Amino acid sequence: MSIIDKLMVKPWIADQGALEEQNGFAQPAKKIALWIFLAVVSVLFSLFISAYFMRMELADWRPLADPGLLWINTALLIVSSVALQWARVSADRGQFSGLKFGLLIAGAATLAFLAGQYVAWQQLIALGYFASSNPANAFYYLLTGLHGLHLLGGLVVWGMTTNKLMGGSQVDEVRVTVELCAIYWHFLLLVWLILFGLLLAT
Amino acid sequence: MTDTTPADVGFAPPAEVEEVELYHAKSWITKYVFSQDAKVIAIQYSATAIAVGMVGLVLSWLMRLQLGFPETFSFIDAADYYQFITMHGMIMVIYLLTALFLGGFGNYLIPLMIGARDMVFPYMNMLSYWVYLLAVLLLMASYFVPGGPTGAGWTLYPPQSILPGTPGHEWGIILMLVSLVLFIVGFTMGGLNYVVTVLQARTRGMTLMRLPLTVWGIFIATILALLAFPALLVGGVMLLLDRVLSTSFFMPSIVLMGESLDYGGGTPILFQHLFWFFGHPEVYIVGLPAFGIVSDLLSVHARRNIFGYRMMVWALIAIGGLSFVVWAHHMYVSGMNPYFGFFFATTTLIIAVPTALKVYNWVLTLWRGNIRLTIPMLFAIGFIFTFINGGITGLFLGNVVVDVPLSDTMFVVAHFHMVMGVAPLLVIFGAIYHWYPKITGRMLNETLGQFHFWITFVGAYSIFFPLHYLGFLGVPRRYYEIGETAFIPASAQSLNAFVTVVTLIVGFAQLVFFYNLFRSLTKGEPAGDNPWQATTLEWQTSETPPGHGNFGDELPVVYRWAYDYSVPGAVDDFIPQNKAPDETTGRSEPT
Amino acid sequence: MAIAIVVVLLIVGSTVFHFMSPWWFTPLASNWGSIDDTIMLTFWITGVVLIAINLFMAYAIWRYRYQKDRRAEYEPENKKLEGWLIGLTTLGVVAMLAPGLIVWADFVTVPEDAHVFEVMGQQWQWSYRYPGRDGILGTTDNKYVDFDNPFGIKPDDPYGQDDILVQSDEVHVPIDQPVKVLLRSLDVLHDFYVPNFRAKMDLVPGLITYFWFTPTKIGSYEVLCAELCGQGHYAMRGIVVVDEQIEFEAWLAEQPTFAQSMALARAPGTDGQEQTASAQSVASISADYKISDEQLNLLNAYLDSSLE
Repeated sequence: MSIIDKLMVKPWIADQGALEEQNGFAQPAKKIALWIFLAVVSVLFSLFISAYFMRMELADWRPLADPGLLWINTALLIVSSVALQWARVSADRGQFSGLKFGLLIAGAATLAFLAGQYVAWQQLIALGYFASSNPANAFYYLLTGLHGLHLLGGLVVWGMTTNKLMGGSQVDEVRVTVELCAIYWHFLLLVWLILFGLLLAT
Repeated sequence: MTDTTPADVGFAPPAEVEEVELYHAKSWITKYVFSQDAKVIAIQYSATAIAVGMVGLVLSWLMRLQLGFPETFSFIDAADYYQFITMHGMIMVIYLLTALFLGGFGNYLIPLMIGARDMVFPYMNMLSYWVYLLAVLLLMASYFVPGGPTGAGWTLYPPQSILPGTPGHEWGIILMLVSLVLFIVGFTMGGLNYVVTVLQARTRGMTLMRLPLTVWGIFIATILALLAFPALLVGGVMLLLDRVLSTSFFMPSIVLMGESLDYGGGTPILFQHLFWFFGHPEVYIVGLPAFGIVSDLLSVHARRNIFGYRMMVWALIAIGGLSFVVWAHHMYVSGMNPYFGFFFATTTLIIAVPTALKVYNWVLTLWRGNIRLTIPMLFAIGFIFTFINGGITGLFLGNVVVDVPLSDTMFVVAHFHMVMGVAPLLVIFGAIYHWYPKITGRMLNETLGQFHFWITFVGAYSIFFPLHYLGFLGVPRRYYEIGETAFIPASAQSLNAFVTVVTLIVGFAQLVFFYNLFRSLTKGEPAGDNPWQATTLEWQTSETPPGHGNFGDELPVVYRWAYDYSVPGAVDDFIPQNKAPDETTGRSEPT
Repeated sequence: MAIAIVVVLLIVGSTVFHFMSPWWFTPLASNWGSIDDTIMLTFWITGVVLIAINLFMAYAIWRYRYQKDRRAEYEPENKKLEGWLIGLTTLGVVAMLAPGLIVWADFVTVPEDAHVFEVMGQQWQWSYRYPGRDGILGTTDNKYVDFDNPFGIKPDDPYGQDDILVQSDEVHVPIDQPVKVLLRSLDVLHDFYVPNFRAKMDLVPGLITYFWFTPTKIGSYEVLCAELCGQGHYAMRGIVVVDEQIEFEAWLAEQPTFAQSMALARAPGTDGQEQTASAQSVASISADYKISDEQLNLLNAYLDSSLE
C-alpha cells in the first residue's frame, strides 16, 4: 500500500481502516532515525552551498588555493568508507576478524583524514588565506570544519562500537550499529566529494 | 451510504506486538531528574518553557509600560526597550511555543496517543531536554554580561545586530546565537525521536489515518522543524563568525559614525533569506500542533466526530509543504529583486486555501454537535475566533502590494500576535485544562478556569484588535516612543495607554491560572481515568496518571479511528479506539 | 451560552470600532491610490468573511448547546460541501490577489520620465542628493566617505561635481512629477517610509535599492525609519516637502553642489574646527527631536566606545 493509498483511506469505514500486520517500515527504528538525520544534514549542507553560491556572485570573491594535500585526504576518506563497508559485510556474514580489521582501518583512516584536514588548514593560513580576509576562505574553513565535526560525531559512535567489540561482544550485537556507521560514512564521503568539487570548480 | 457507516467490523490478526525494552529507573535521580520517561521529560520541558515564558511575559509588561506611558518610567531607556522586544520575541517564539508544543505536548501525548510505551530513543530524549535547558540558561545568562542581552530585534538582522549602536552587541548577540545553536541541536535529538516514534512505534491497528489529529499536527510540525531549523543554524553560525572572526558573509562595507569598518563585500539580504527560510515554517511549527490539538478538543467536547478528517490531514500536509515556498513574503520591502514579489504573493495566498478549509471544518464540527461548554471547549472557541482574525490579516500582509504600506507597522505586530501568539496560547491553555486530569489525576478548578478564560480571551482580543488600526494609521513598530508627529493624533496615545492597562490585567490573570495549577494538584476533584469520555488511547490507560510504560501489561489494540462520537446505534456517545467491534453494543467502560 | 453572546458582541464591537475609529490611513499624497483600493478590496472581502464565519459559529454554539438526551450527528465528511468551500475560498483569494499583482506590476515598473533623487541613511539621520544639471548622480563608495565628503562621492567623477547635496533631514520634491527614489545606506538597514505616500523600501548597505511615486498633494510629510537600525531608530525622522515646480527650483538652487562644498572645505578658516561628523549627527538628532539629556549622554557614551 503506497503512502498515497494510505492517506486516501476512509478510517471510519471498517474494512478500509482495518488492522494491518505491520505499522511503519520493516527496518530498525535506529536506521529510520539515521535516514531522517541524513535528510536534516543534507538540508544543512545544501543551505550552506546555496549561501556559498549567492555570496560567490558578489565582487569581492577571491578563490583560494587548493592544497594538494586534499587529494590525499580524499583518498583517506575513501579508504575509511570502503573499510567500513568491509566491516559491514563481514558483520552480515558473522566474520569477526573482517569486522574488527574493517573497523580499525576505518577509524585510523578517518583520524588520518581529520589530521590531514587540520594540516591543510595550517598550510592555507601560512599562505595568508585568513578567514577574515575573504569570504571564499571563510567558507572553506566553515564547510570543512562542519564536515569534520560530523565525522567526529561519527567517530564517537565508532569508538563505542569498537570498544564493545573488543570487550568481547558478539558480532550480532554490533551488526546494526556497524551498518549505520557505514551508511553515515558513505554519506559524509559524498558530502566531502561535493564540497571538494565545489572548491576545485570555484 | 457506506461512506458514513461506522466501524462495526474489523479484525485483529494474531501478530505479536513487538515490546520495547524499557529503561527502568533505579533511583530517585534517574526517575525524576535524569529521567528517560517521556512523560517526565514532557513535564520538565513544559515547566522550563513556562518559566522562561514568564520572563517573556514580564518583558511584554515592561515594553507596554513604555509604549502606554512614555517618558514616565525613567528605568526604561531606549536600549532597555530594544532588549525587551528582542528577548520577548525570541523567548516566546522559540523557547516557549516551540519547546512547549513539541517538547512538552509532543513528549507527553505522542507515545500515549499512538499506544506506545515510550519514545523509541529514551536516552536521546533525555539528552534533548538537558541541551534545551542549557540553551535557556545561556540565553538568560545574557542578562548578566557586560552590555546585557542583544537588542537587535528577534530577527537579528545584520549588520545592525553585531555593530555598536545596537545594545548587547558585545556579548548578548554571541550568547543569543550560541543558545540558538544549542536549541537546534537539542531539538534535533528530540525531533528525530518524535518522528521515528510516530512512524515505527504505533500499536497494532493504529494505522496512519487512525491517528488523532493532535499526533498528525505535532508529527508534521516536527518534520518542518527538522528541515527548517538548519537554515537558522546556517544563518546563525555565519553571523557568529562575522561577529567573532570578522568574516564578511553578510557584512558589506560600512561607515559607522564616520569610521570605516573592516567589513566588506557581503550582503545582509542573504541573512534575511536564510532567516525566513526558517522563520516562516516556524510559524507553522507553532501553528500545526495547535491546529491538531484544537481539532481534538472540539471533537471531544462537541461530542461529534471531527468534520472532514481526511481533508484535515491533507490540509496539514499541504500547509507544511507550502510553508517552505513562501518565506520571502517577509521581505517584500527588503530590497530583494522586486519581481520575486509576484511568486511569493501567489504562493502565500494559496496557503490561505487549506488553512481556511481547516477553519470551516472546525466550525462545521460544532454544527450539529452536542456542545459541552467546558473550559477546554471555551478556549478552543476562543482559538477559532482569534485565529480567523489573525489569519485574515495575513491575507493583507501576504498580498505584496498591500504589504508595502503596512509592513513594519503596528499592523504586523497585531497580526502575528493574534495568529501565532494569542491563538496558539489559547490552545495551550485549553490543552492544559483538557489533559491536566490525565497528567495529575485531578481536575482543574472550574470557577478559576472560567475567570482565567474570560479575562484572557476578551483581554487578549482587546489588546491586539485595536493595534491593527494604529498600523493602518502608519505607526511604525519597534519605536521606543512615537514622540511628536503631525500625522498621529493624540488619541493614539490614549489607545496605547488602554492597551497597556489591559495587558497588565491579562498578565495578572495568568497568576490565577498558576494558582489553579498548584492548588488542584492536591485539592482538585479526582478525575478518574476518562473524565471527558474521550475515545483516544491516552484516556484508556489502566492507571491515572499513567505509570511507567503507559499501558500496564498489554498494549492496547486499535479497532477504529479516533472520532467515534455519537455513533448511531451505539449505547454511549463515544467508542474508545481500543474497543473491539463486538463490544460496542454493551456499556463502554474503559478497558 | 455566554460564549455565543460574547462572540457576537466582539464582532459587533469590532465593527463599531472600525466605523468609530479615528485611526485610519493618513490622507493620500501620492499616485498610489491603487494600493489603497487593493487594501479596501481586501478589507471588505475579509471583513465579510470574518463576520460571517463568526456569527455562524456563534449560532452553532447556541443552536447545538449540550442537551442530555440529544446526540450529535455522525457525519465523517461531506465532500460536496468541502469542495464548494474550497472553490469559494479560491475565488475570494483570486479576487484579492489578481488586482494586487496588477498594482505590483505598476509598482516595480518605474516610468521612463521619472526624475531621480537619492536618499542616504546612516545612524540616525537622513540626507539627500540630487543629480545636478547633467541629470546623472556621481558614483559613490563608502571608501570615499570622510568629514569633507560625507556622501562618499568619487572625487574625480565628472558626473558628481554638480550633484546637489542636502545635508538636512528635509527634502523637497516637485508636485505631479514621477520620482524614482534611489536608496543607499552607509551603515545598517534603514527603511524610507512616508505614510502619506504609502510606498516604502529598505536601505541596504552595499546595495542601491529603489522605489517610485508621484507626489500629488502640496504639503510637508514626515519620513520615518521603518527598519530597526539600532537604539536611535525611533528618532530617525525626516521631512519631505511637496512643492510647486517654481518653489522647488528655488529651494534646489539654495543647496550647495558637491564641487562647492569641497571648495568650501578646502578654504582656509574651516580647518581649525575639531568637530567630527559623528558629533554633528548627535547634535542634529538632539536638536530636532528633543531627546532627553540622558539619551544624549547615552548616544555620546556609545559614540565614545565605538570610536575608542
